[in-house]
Amino acid sequence: MAGFGPATAQTVGDTPVRGGILNANIQTEPVGLNSAINPTMFIGEVASKIMEGLVAFDADLKPVPALATRWDVSPDGLTVSFDLRKGVKWHDGKDFTAADVEFTLKEVWQKLHPFGRSAFGNVTEVETPNPHRIVLRLSAPAPYLLSYINAYGAQLLPKHLYEGTDIVNNPYNLKPVGTGPFVFKEWVKGSHIRVERNPDYWQKGQPYLDGIVFRFIPDAAARVVALQSGEVDVSVGSALPATSLGQFGDASKYAFNLIEGNYLATIAFAQFNVRNAPLSDKRVRQALAHLIDKDALLKVVYLGYGKVATGPVPSSIANYYTSDTRRYPPDPERAAQLLDEAGYKADANGRRFKLRIITAAGNTQNARTAEFIKQALGKVGVDVEIQVPDFATFLRRVFTEQDYDLMVSSMHRMPDPTLGVQRIFWTQNIRKGVPWTNGSGYSNPRLDAIMEQAAREADETKRKAQIREWQQIVQEDVPLLELVEPQWYTVSTVRFRKLALQGDGLFSNWADAWLEPKK
Amino acid sequence: MTRNRIPAVARFLRRRIWQVVPVVFGIALLNFLILQLAPGDVVDVLAGEAGAATPEYMAQLRASFGLDRPLPVQLAYYLKNTAMLDLGFSFRQNMPVLQLILERLPATLLLMIAAMGCAVVSGVVLGVISARFVHRAADRAVSVFVLVTYALPTFWLGLMAIVLFSARLGWLPSSGMTDIGADLGGFEYLWDVARHTVLPALSLATFYLAVYTKLVRTAMLEYFGADFIRTARAKGATETRITLFHALRNALLPLMTMLGLQLGSILSGAVLVESVFSWPGLGRLAFESILARDFNLLLGILLFSSVMVTILNIFVDVVYAVLDPRIEL
Repeated sequence: MAGFGPATAQTVGDTPVRGGILNANIQTEPVGLNSAINPTMFIGEVASKIMEGLVAFDADLKPVPALATRWDVSPDGLTVSFDLRKGVKWHDGKDFTAADVEFTLKEVWQKLHPFGRSAFGNVTEVETPNPHRIVLRLSAPAPYLLSYINAYGAQLLPKHLYEGTDIVNNPYNLKPVGTGPFVFKEWVKGSHIRVERNPDYWQKGQPYLDGIVFRFIPDAAARVVALQSGEVDVSVGSALPATSLGQFGDASKYAFNLIEGNYLATIAFAQFNVRNAPLSDKRVRQALAHLIDKDALLKVVYLGYGKVATGPVPSSIANYYTSDTRRYPPDPERAAQLLDEAGYKADANGRRFKLRIITAAGNTQNARTAEFIKQALGKVGVDVEIQVPDFATFLRRVFTEQDYDLMVSSMHRMPDPTLGVQRIFWTQNIRKGVPWTNGSGYSNPRLDAIMEQAAREADETKRKAQIREWQQIVQEDVPLLELVEPQWYTVSTVRFRKLALQGDGLFSNWADAWLEPKK
Repeated sequence: MTRNRIPAVARFLRRRIWQVVPVVFGIALLNFLILQLAPGDVVDVLAGEAGAATPEYMAQLRASFGLDRPLPVQLAYYLKNTAMLDLGFSFRQNMPVLQLILERLPATLLLMIAAMGCAVVSGVVLGVISARFVHRAADRAVSVFVLVTYALPTFWLGLMAIVLFSARLGWLPSSGMTDIGADLGGFEYLWDVARHTVLPALSLATFYLAVYTKLVRTAMLEYFGADFIRTARAKGATETRITLFHALRNALLPLMTMLGLQLGSILSGAVLVESVFSWPGLGRLAFESILARDFNLLLGILLFSSVMVTILNIFVDVVYAVLDPRIEL
């Protein structure tokens, strides 16, 4: 998005101004504020201002210190140690120590967090030689571990308020006590959450803002007006419809930030139910892949906000991404030929077979993608019926009843393929009734072996090679059509500034954010 | 109301309130059974939103929410709680259902009463004008006006009002019920809430306005030809007096019937208008609880509104008797 280059720069500044209340808007009101048990992004977008993690991720997704000041992985990959920041206090005045980290890791991340169970699964022993040092002993190397220790992937909880309680229903999940730059003040359900400056924040001089009000505006068009009328200063995490972004093109008034969601590494895709004929035939899936013009899809449905996806690992995960995978350029003739070979010849009316595309109601882009696919498939005689049930019904249909042919959705692939991507293709992760597991039913023992190897490979070069091969196998077998890497955008008035942009900026703590005085 | 009618009202209330109990209980049972037809449960949605889950964790959640128990057992628990007027706990929101409802109730009542009040008053005024000047320019103008407002979808009208009055002119706030940033007290607070109420209440009022206007117009035209009006004219009553005291009072009866029916919707709120204006009302709470399969909360809201609707209907019956002494309770 070359046109947004200059605008992007405006979100960053170097002369902070103190004071002022920031009015922020996110897409959906969260259900709680505990990211340590629930990785819904709307929770993280708010909770990250109050609660912190061990590190944050900079614009290149490299870890930078937060509550950990140093970290170290032993050459065999079996010991990971952290030096913790000294003099940090929880908002209720108690000291933050290694005991808090140990407690959250063992009792919360390992037991309750859906990614945490895998991310910290190899951790067998935790040592705390002193209150500011913690050492993890691993049963096997866990090269992905350091990618999950920010405020979103591994939020730290105060041991003294959670120990011995029912953690899932702990009242502090709704009025969190953290170490972050902002202190929780109030939550009026259906309206807003308000946080205030933490006067004792460990980063001296920060935060610059007196407070933040997160306002919940359920209607997308009303969110657009709220930013235009100045009732909201910043709209986070693609909360505005892409079709409205043209209204914020005036760079003297509005600023865009387009890298803050890179950490999530989202890909929009269409997933085949490979249990069903004719989709069980690889040639049919390849044929359908040849029918989707992803460039056109990106332009028509995403209005250019994103990139064409070329495989299961998004290009923003530069460490592991490879462009050296099989491509399926739009080619209806080749598609027809593949379908003929597979035995699905066109009948007298030119029709071949019928598919049902399912997508959850409430997401315009997914619905339009389904329509786009329907048109494309119709060209070679594949009829499509689009079904758009509500979210709960959609989940049941896809993951429990497995009653669908093609599912359109998007998933966060996260910075490390072992945790974010393996789950989609791994045979052992075909788990009836569990959302966002391997819902296609795809199973390839050779790929399973490579993914399992990559999960415990300490040698970075070898691991890269394994993950490259994994991407190539998946693109050959196409259990999923990887369509678009949508770009997460944050739109603000030019008054909103930050000292630095972060790759996990949706979950940055905004200690370094400020509001320029009104002109 | 004359003095000797008071015991009648008391008797009526005693009889009707006893009828409420089985009605509400039946509604509760029906609600519970119908909701079982919806695919998916609250744990599916929580796990789906989280973007990942493990089977162990989902099983653990279902057990702690009581969703692993057989349906008849769940039903028995629910009916027992209903009998004790315990609305239960919303596991999704991590709060008691009654607290969630009561937090939203003032906003809902304010919006709906403001909207209905506005619709009734202007409906009566416009209806009277129409009837008084029937088939003349004023009548036609009123007709066109109310039909246009009725035909426009309220959410669209609301959005356009926001675009004009908030974004363009900057006269009124676009969302919420109060100015969250400012800590206001006393009259300043009331003024702030009033400013926030104007656009949503007016948008919602347009939905009811046409019906009330047309009802009043038709009823009044009917009465203008009635014998008692002719008698009043013969007595030499002024046209204004005839319109307001003779025709209008009678025309209010059909209006009351319609209002009584629509009062039920007061408590279920107005999902679309609440969404457009970010109004923290019950309608959105109910709507979101359906999408989230948060059935404890949804059942609580449904039960709460059914109780209120039955009570409001009794109240409307009493008002009938006040307006028309011929009606027996």
